[in-house]
Amino acid sequence: MPDNGRNADTVTLTIDGREVTVARGTSLLDAAETQGTKVPHYCYHPGLSAPAQCRICLVEVEGAPKLQPSCVTMAQDGQVVHTDSPAAKRMRQGVLEFYLVNHPLDCPICDMSGECKLQDYVFDEGREHGRGREPKRVFGRDDFGGDVLYYGDRCVMCTRCVRFMDEVARDSRLTVVERGSRAVIDTFFDSGLEGASFAGNVVDICPVGALVSKDFLHKARAWDLDHTPSVCTSCSQGCNVELHTRDNLVQRLKPRENQEVNGHWMCDYGRANYEWMNRPGRLESPMAGRGADRRAVDWKSALEHLFARLQSGGGDVMVVGAAETSNEGLVALCSVGDAAGTVSARVFRSPRAEDEEPLPGYPLLVRRRDLAPNVDGAGLLGFERTGDDDGGGGLEEVSGHDGIVLVLGDELGDQDEDFGASASLFVYLGSFDSPAARNADYVLPVTTFAEEEGSFVNAQGRVQRFWPGLRPPGLARPAWLVLGALAAALQGDRTPASAAEVFAGLAAGSEAFAGLTYEAIGESGVPLEAVHG
Amino acid sequence: MAYPYRHEKETRVLSECFGDPSARTVAGWKRVGGYQGIARALEIGREATIDDVKASGLRGRGGAGFPTGLKWSFMPKNSGRPHYLLCNADESEPGTFKDREIMRWTPHQLLEGCLVGSYAIGASHCYIYLRGEFFETTQVMARALEEAYAEGLVGKDILGSGVDIDITLHVGAGAYICGEETGLMNSLEGRRGEPRIKPPFPAAVGAFGMPSTINNVETLCATAHIARHGGEWYRQWGTDKSPGTKLFCVSGHVNKPGNYEFPLGFPMMELIEDVCGGMRDGRALKAVIPGGSSVPIMSADDCRACTLCYEGVEAAGSMLGCASVIVMDETADIVKQVRRMAHFYAHESCGQCTPCREGTAWATRILRRIEDGRGTEDDLDTLVQISEQMTGTTICVLSDSLAMPIISSIEKFREDYLALIRRGERVGAA
Repeated sequence: MPDNGRNADTVTLTIDGREVTVARGTSLLDAAETQGTKVPHYCYHPGLSAPAQCRICLVEVEGAPKLQPSCVTMAQDGQVVHTDSPAAKRMRQGVLEFYLVNHPLDCPICDMSGECKLQDYVFDEGREHGRGREPKRVFGRDDFGGDVLYYGDRCVMCTRCVRFMDEVARDSRLTVVERGSRAVIDTFFDSGLEGASFAGNVVDICPVGALVSKDFLHKARAWDLDHTPSVCTSCSQGCNVELHTRDNLVQRLKPRENQEVNGHWMCDYGRANYEWMNRPGRLESPMAGRGADRRAVDWKSALEHLFARLQSGGGDVMVVGAAETSNEGLVALCSVGDAAGTVSARVFRSPRAEDEEPLPGYPLLVRRRDLAPNVDGAGLLGFERTGDDDGGGGLEEVSGHDGIVLVLGDELGDQDEDFGASASLFVYLGSFDSPAARNADYVLPVTTFAEEEGSFVNAQGRVQRFWPGLRPPGLARPAWLVLGALAAALQGDRTPASAAEVFAGLAAGSEAFAGLTYEAIGESGVPLEAVHG
Repeated sequence: MAYPYRHEKETRVLSECFGDPSARTVAGWKRVGGYQGIARALEIGREATIDDVKASGLRGRGGAGFPTGLKWSFMPKNSGRPHYLLCNADESEPGTFKDREIMRWTPHQLLEGCLVGSYAIGASHCYIYLRGEFFETTQVMARALEEAYAEGLVGKDILGSGVDIDITLHVGAGAYICGEETGLMNSLEGRRGEPRIKPPFPAAVGAFGMPSTINNVETLCATAHIARHGGEWYRQWGTDKSPGTKLFCVSGHVNKPGNYEFPLGFPMMELIEDVCGGMRDGRALKAVIPGGSSVPIMSADDCRACTLCYEGVEAAGSMLGCASVIVMDETADIVKQVRRMAHFYAHESCGQCTPCREGTAWATRILRRIEDGRGTEDDLDTLVQISEQMTGTTICVLSDSLAMPIISSIEKFREDYLALIRRGERVGAA
């Protein structure tokens, strides 16, 4: 064979007049995507098998007797493919018209409206006017159990949901019943999806509004939602998610693709666990003074007085962190503790579930036993776990400590009112007030992860960043900023201007994080080789 | 004359024993030369058997007309995996009733064909997938299979040759789409009867993921005779491109409908006028569907010079299919006929592919509206366009099968549609 510079592992073909080189075994659909051409598709999903049944991804391949389904036709050397030829376009227009024969076009009351693939494709390439004069068939809606509701009339029968349950969840609970245009998706038993752990994903992969979330039903229009890349905080897996927000409230969580962590998926436990981010009754102002003497103060005076107390204090310091707090907040907490005296305890508490729950068809994704996002980060930063598997107890020594007590993030929910009563200085940094914080000399309002920038280390030892999706209430500020300013003042450094700067400091001072930057972590995170290499 | 009707012009190879209950036993079948085909095949070996079938030029009798010997030769050699032979006995094409008669009268003919096919492709297991509605047929087959096992003709070490071939009867649940070869495989495996995307082809990944070959009942029966007499023997009948004999299922407005066996290439008009006793009540011929409902409809003019072989019917603008000749006289209401076919396909569509799922149902509703006298001339254009969008765009050919009668009927019997649309007149509705 002449050496034409082509690798045996790649193939070179022409798509819409442009030459593309892709790995052998790449589908025409994926090959087209590499050069920016998105071929419409419904039944194909990168995380599932491809049954090639929606027939909207058909493209013209020169030499083939008829149009080929691009999702299952593999790219071959020298192929000439047209995704936009008159034949392909006419066929797509025809298939779209077929989809609308029975689709109710109830977009004004459909949750998917605005992010619906049927809407998009018809808008792009559909016929201007429908020719259907016949009445449409009507199925009504069906409660599939769990959080999932099925509108059979909107369904395009792509069977992604059936295949997700079969292939990924490996918990076959959905099936197609009947045939022809009477075919619908249904559950095998009355229990339906009730009790399934990953069923919420079928709502995400439904290309139209056939499967919708009961929790999100009629709550917000898709186009009113802001999307913020983030990390799920419900366990130490750290699935990549998006916060979908409107009116400064998180409306829902959606998984964000990351093949190293969660694929396209997330668990129902994590998906449902977002209301706490919207919880009202937050600490909105710094406060000083114990018990009845407590009064609201401004940040300047709070930090100046606290700085003075810490500078003059010295002595034995006990630090309580939390596995819900970012690496940046925790490292700043460590700095303040170290600058204030000798740290005799550095602990965190975190609840642990009895079992793990893996996603059988995507074994990388496991709902972990640790039900907090940064257990591993806290460990790397020298915090020791204390307390029981419910996240309670373990603070007996801290409670009666007569030196300095610094508490960040732990709401001390199980502690009684004389917690820290004998402390020489008790600083509580949290989002919510707590009865056990009544003896605090300073109560400082900090933001939740949804309101700040930062990073966590997940159970795989992967550093992952998150971004602020909500505005913080009142005067609440990120812990890295509050503690970073204090630490800088105590050490005579410059106050950090961003979470990135705090992280840079962490990378400079820690072997585990050495050499890492926020830019390098990006939206998909990087593994800590030093720890798990 | 009692059924089954016979005619002296027939050449009976497969249907020789139709009407003779004694041929249903092993002894009866052996009396007419039965089980000599498999005996000779075992003697001459696999390759020679395939060569014989190749030489015979036998084409698949299920409708597609693919050369059987060539199909067998696609099976891998020494794959180290189990091979399966599947016999498609899910005869469900409207107008077709030949396989049922073969199995009812000559069950051992099919069993022998299955043995020959299994042996040739190296399968030690053959499944006969029977249509769900074939109650009597299934009983006859089951009885015959039991006897064949008892006689050592099926099972371990058949005829003392050391070759093991098991045969299993599997009764479907009565779905047209399970007669499509990969739909049949899914159904056999216990899945929904939905055709599979090809490639991979059955010879590589078929039933249970193993190399498989699937043949029609009539095809396998023919191979039993070819194995016994050799390939050249079979070529004494038929045309060069369509060798051999074929069962024709004639139904509709003729005086003597039924199964008739002729060499391929038999003139269509002779079949209708002579063999079948002419048109009912002496009426005029209006249309013929020559190969089961899935092929283009032919007008009376198209039929005049048509010969019944694969190339002959194609030249007349249709397809031989499985040779199910549906004859319609001048009283036939073509619009109603096509609407009923459309309803059938809409009902039987598996629902996987969008053009078929939606197109067949939509076309049915439009045809129903036209039939009810509420159609417009635009509807005809819409129907033709829907049909074009259903052609060549799906996994299997079910939607193509409806598109062909719709397009051909609008082309050839447009006046019937227009009479309904313009004047509300039903042509032919007596």
